[in-house]
Amino acid sequence: MRTPFTVRLIQSMPRGGWIALAIFALVAWVGIPFAHLALPESHPLHVSAYTVSLLGKILCYMVVAVAMDLIWGYAGILSLGHGLFFALGGYAFGMYLMRQIGRDGSYGADLPDFMVFLDWKELPWYWGGSDSFAWALFLAVAAPGLIAFVFGYFAFRSRIKGVYFSIITQALTYAAMLLFFRNETGFGGNNGFTDFKRILGYAITSPEMRTLLFALSALLLMACLVLGRYLVTSRFGRVLAAIRDAESRVMFIGYNPLHYKLFMWTLSAMLCGLAGALYVPQVGIINPSEMSPANSIEIAVWVAVGGRGTLVGAVLGAGIVNLLKSWATVSFPEYWPFFLGFLFIAVTLYLPDGVVGLWRKLRAGRKAAPVAEQPLHTPPPGSTTDPLPEGATAPQHAAPATAAKGAAA
Amino acid sequence: MSAVTELERPDAADRENWDGGANTGHPVRPGELDLSHNVILYLDDISVSFDGFRALNKLSLTIDAGELRCIIGPNGAGKTTMMDVITGKTRPDSGKAYFGQTLDLTRMTEPQIAHAGIGRKFQKPTIFEHHTAFENLELAMKADKRVRRSLFAALSDDERDRIAEVLRRIRLDREADRLAGLLSHGQKQWLEIGMLLMQEPRLLLLDEPVAGMTDDETERTAELFVSLAGSHSLMVVEHDMAFVEALGGKVTVLCEGSVLAEGDLATVQADPRVIEVYLGR
Repeated sequence: MRTPFTVRLIQSMPRGGWIALAIFALVAWVGIPFAHLALPESHPLHVSAYTVSLLGKILCYMVVAVAMDLIWGYAGILSLGHGLFFALGGYAFGMYLMRQIGRDGSYGADLPDFMVFLDWKELPWYWGGSDSFAWALFLAVAAPGLIAFVFGYFAFRSRIKGVYFSIITQALTYAAMLLFFRNETGFGGNNGFTDFKRILGYAITSPEMRTLLFALSALLLMACLVLGRYLVTSRFGRVLAAIRDAESRVMFIGYNPLHYKLFMWTLSAMLCGLAGALYVPQVGIINPSEMSPANSIEIAVWVAVGGRGTLVGAVLGAGIVNLLKSWATVSFPEYWPFFLGFLFIAVTLYLPDGVVGLWRKLRAGRKAAPVAEQPLHTPPPGSTTDPLPEGATAPQHAAPATAAKGAAA
Repeated sequence: MSAVTELERPDAADRENWDGGANTGHPVRPGELDLSHNVILYLDDISVSFDGFRALNKLSLTIDAGELRCIIGPNGAGKTTMMDVITGKTRPDSGKAYFGQTLDLTRMTEPQIAHAGIGRKFQKPTIFEHHTAFENLELAMKADKRVRRSLFAALSDDERDRIAEVLRRIRLDREADRLAGLLSHGQKQWLEIGMLLMQEPRLLLLDEPVAGMTDDETERTAELFVSLAGSHSLMVVEHDMAFVEALGGKVTVLCEGSVLAEGDLATVQADPRVIEVYLGR
């Protein structure tokens, strides 16, 4: 008998994972809202507005990290342009936020301020529908999805791989940044969008809205984790990992890698877009610097630090690096880029499996028999997993068995 | 075996079919293997060049349905390139390649060819090292391999049984949950053969399948292949003459990209041209 879908969904995450999710949900939906809204500011457990927004922002980054890990850790495709998809989602929702300002802008006009400043008389065609919340949400997913789909289709069809693919994605986000910097593009030029007032008529700066956005970010992250976990433990995920390890073998057993990569790639971009849409109202600004190449590289650093090929690693990495960042950019702002670079080098050299890899190593060192925790899949139900020798849990770093290198034998 | 006359050539039949097909006596079903002339693979005048080097030079070769054929030849004779052409990895510069009577291999992609029923085992064992032996077989299993099916695929009891059966056949039933990367070299070779079996191909291309195997493993591999012949067609590229002898099929000698000699092993080994190629001039 085939295992029903819901059972497989539940089985895709170990019990510990579900418990962790439940605790997280409790903290994010009950604990923090209570501490922020109900406790007086003088109370020692009160969570400040700054903290709620910061945590909400980091939750959005964590979603991006999970999306990045799905395509990099599991499909072996390193994107250095994921910041583009994130920013596009942010811009799409930002358009709606700009329209919600209504006549409360500095010029008191119907058009967003920057358009008045440019002496535009009416909205450009692509702003059509931007006063609709539903359309904005749709656009936040569809715009990055469409761009990723078209770009991915041509790149994967041409079998562009490895560092070449990474460089092209880097160029893509850079080109988009230059485009968005132009005033004529119609997205506010280098100032981008800011001074948001309302969402669905409710004040965006109210504690309740802040808490709601935070709770929604937490919900999105949890949904991404469940979805991601299902994907990587499904046959789809096994094919994806097989493509990463030996693509030509996958073709010769009858899978079309193009479709698999394209699906994961597009889905990953769409998740980034959603994260961007939640991010913008929480930080109150979106501008083209979100598309700068450095931002996209930073996303890769989060995943590398946490440990790619494990979803929890991506979440941890995004959390650790961003908490460090918000501390460092206050304490010694000018050294942060150096610190980030150092972090990346150190992790690549000494922690190839990131924090999660380190933790596993420590745990394996303490126990006589190393625990076989396979990040990529669960063994088929009804089977037991053999304990693996140390090192066997490092899936991405063994040389991929690229098949049949020499064409002319 | 049967000499191919002009009239029997699959491409001739194919032309007729496409011209209307009324007088060929059977309908052409696109995408389906047609063995009506008992030929499963047909290569005609295939040439492939890489940067001026002629890897294949007007190669012509046919394999009958159910046949077990060994391909031998010195290094650089074009054996792997020939497999690349058959599996769609390399496009020939000229010539025809048909699977059965109707499937033009030069117009199909690698996954299409795999679905049509050609399975390939690489020279270097290429298995999915980070998947278990069981999962390797699961991925290779003949199934709907589109994304939307893989997303929701779950193994049925029948499918589990089939995987278990192949695991027994390749003697890896006790290693089912081991990561394939941790298997011994010979076991990896067997696993890859098992993956081929899971695909249920009609034609198996096996590139040096016993390289690195112990004598005992080699012997068992030969038994396995002989048992497969008949219900499957096999093309085995091999240097190990004892293994070729154990297989006992017809032997084709490739040299410099074309067929030098063909026949049973004894005849071929006695052929002065073959001796010259192997022993040098």
